[in-house]
Amino acid sequence: MKNSYTLLLLVFVVFSSCGDDLDDNLKASAATQFKFTHQWNALTVSSADFNTLQFINANGEELSVERLRYLISEVTFTRGNGEDIVIDGHHLIDVTEDSGLTYTPELEIPTGFYTNVSFTFGLNNEANMQNYIDLNSVSFNVPEMLGGGYHYMQMDGKFVNSAAEEMGYNYHAIRAVDNVGSNPTFPQDTFFTVNLGAVNIASETIVEVKMNIAEWFRNPNVWDLNVLNSVLMPNSEAQILMSENGQSVFSLGTVTP
Amino acid sequence: MKRLSVLVLLVCLAWSCSKDDAAAYEAVSTPLPLKIPPVFKENLLSPIIPNSNPQTIEGVALGKKLFFDRILSGDETQSCATCHSPQHAFSDSTPTSAGIDGDFGTRNVMPLFNLAWNYGERFNWDGSELSIERQALTPVQNPIEMHSNWDDVVSKLSNHSEYPTLFENAFGAFPITKTLTTKALAQFERTLISGNSKFDKYLLGDATLTPQEQNGLHVFMDEARGDCFHCHGSPNNPLWTDNMFHNNGLDSSFADLGLGATTGNPSDNGKFKSPSIRNLAYTAPYMHDGRFETIDEVINHYSQGLQNSSSIDPLMKKINQGGVQLIPQDKTDLKAFLLSLSDPSFLNNPEFIN
Ligand code: HEC
Ligand code: HEC
Repeated sequence: MKNSYTLLLLVFVVFSSCGDDLDDNLKASAATQFKFTHQWNALTVSSADFNTLQFINANGEELSVERLRYLISEVTFTRGNGEDIVIDGHHLIDVTEDSGLTYTPELEIPTGFYTNVSFTFGLNNEANMQNYIDLNSVSFNVPEMLGGGYHYMQMDGKFVNSAAEEMGYNYHAIRAVDNVGSNPTFPQDTFFTVNLGAVNIASETIVEVKMNIAEWFRNPNVWDLNVLNSVLMPNSEAQILMSENGQSVFSLGTVTP
Repeated sequence: MKRLSVLVLLVCLAWSCSKDDAAAYEAVSTPLPLKIPPVFKENLLSPIIPNSNPQTIEGVALGKKLFFDRILSGDETQSCATCHSPQHAFSDSTPTSAGIDGDFGTRNVMPLFNLAWNYGERFNWDGSELSIERQALTPVQNPIEMHSNWDDVVSKLSNHSEYPTLFENAFGAFPITKTLTTKALAQFERTLISGNSKFDKYLLGDATLTPQEQNGLHVFMDEARGDCFHCHGSPNNPLWTDNMFHNNGLDSSFADLGLGATTGNPSDNGKFKSPSIRNLAYTAPYMHDGRFETIDEVINHYSQGLQNSSSIDPLMKKINQGGVQLIPQDKTDLKAFLLSLSDPSFLNNPEFIN
């Protein structure tokens, strides 16, 4: 008796693990996928373009990107009726390692017209206080004395400075912090919402999210790498400038049903 | 009853929906979960154990015997442990090491611990090996290491008085192969876990740091002073390495291309894997070629000895001045902190000693 139960159970397990999903999907909802692409103005940029001084920023410095990874969270679909669908959680895009370039949330989205699709660049302050093992495991942490939590973005590379020497820069975006030490204070939020605009979801949809890297150095603050190149994490003013420049960095690319 | 086990085996095979033989030997041996330190459990993703090579009591015991056995080398004078010695956190005390024929390699022996948490699974200083199993193939046949060949090793193991039984206990009644041999070695290597240093105890509330160690931690974490944490982990990444490849400014031109030789990409020249800074008390000399004998020399390197080159990591600061220019007090304290990450219980663990 006991044996045949075991057998039955095992056979069931075999079928359920190898079989197709039998769930008839009658709900009108669709999977969405976000595809992250990167540009330097009109130029498409991938990890293959890293490590060479081939970009020129608004301030006129020649520069390269060697490492670029950033965090987005709380992707939100907004309907006309004000009902938001929020996808909890965060996603790390690592352009250097070509990982995380697509993000497929588990949650399917009811089909229909959405007046806005948005996400948070980085993590909001509450989310930034949690312990995330995936982000610890890839060393994305911010030191405790700077308030802890995580980097929003790590962009490292080289530029040619005003003395015509090549030197490194570390454009690391985090939560702006003052009074670095055991009781840090936070002058102003530096995570921000990116509004991609309206998207219609009729069936499975791929949404392209574009990042124009040049914008980090341009708008509204023309970035002078000779002045701001490293040790920017404990520099709250620099963090606020980054956050301001970040607002125009992202845009909606093609939407493919 | 016997028929049922056969059935269970078949079902298990079907269940895994894959072609590997792991399920077959799972049925003959006893699972042995890794002993994951509490600070790892709290902060890190699970270790990587391939489905095709689950940890078992019998597999680990076999792997341990193989690791310490000179039968793996051509003239039976060297075992893995000759270079990877437990007293040195499975490393050794010379800059480079001689193989069985007395020829010296060009690289410092790497210590072996927490290997299952190397999520990118790129092993060796230059990332040339892509799994622990595959890594174990090379030392045996490397002419400047154990200088044997796998056919000989497999036939010696097959004709040995004990090994055939040990392999059968671990993997079932199959002929001994190099694949099974490296699987057993890898199982043993994955058990080499070090997470019980004074600093780990401090994180668990069971120890207090001295003011020097505390300041040293701040130097390590401070972007304006050491800024070591971007590559070497932090209290939240208790591996104390990113397991990634960087040029940390040792040379302006490269005798050893490191990662560049593996990828063929010139911008990877001079990049080597960031080692974990755990167990530095036992792993001198330091760096891929063992050029620094002391931790003080390492700290002086970052502070004032950086050499510029086109692939130097952008995280290396003030290269014009040779580095981050730590004041003497910060250097001493940084060293005290680094040493708080050494774990004496790792050296004396009877499970790791022959
Ligand atoms: C002659 C000395 C010597 C012997 C014997 C030796 N090794 Fe090594 N081992 C080294 C050196 C040197 C390196 C670094 C190699 C490199 O970067 O090219 C290394 C690297 C490794 C690594 C990579 C660790 C990491 O974190 O990337 C592993 C794993 C390893 N050895 C396992 C073994 C095993 C298993 C054996 C026995 C089958 C063995 N070694 C025998 C010298 C030795
Ligand atoms: C850009 C990444 C990076 C930064 C930042 C960095 N390191 Fe390293 N570290 C490495 C790499 C890569 C190696 C190995 C280099 C080699 O052997 O060629 C290394 C090697 C070491 C070693 C030798 C370990 C061994 O077992 O051989 C120690 C100790 C060390 N670093 C400490 C530090 C300290 C202290 C700091 C801060 C002052 C620091 N590192 C900053 C990447 C980095």
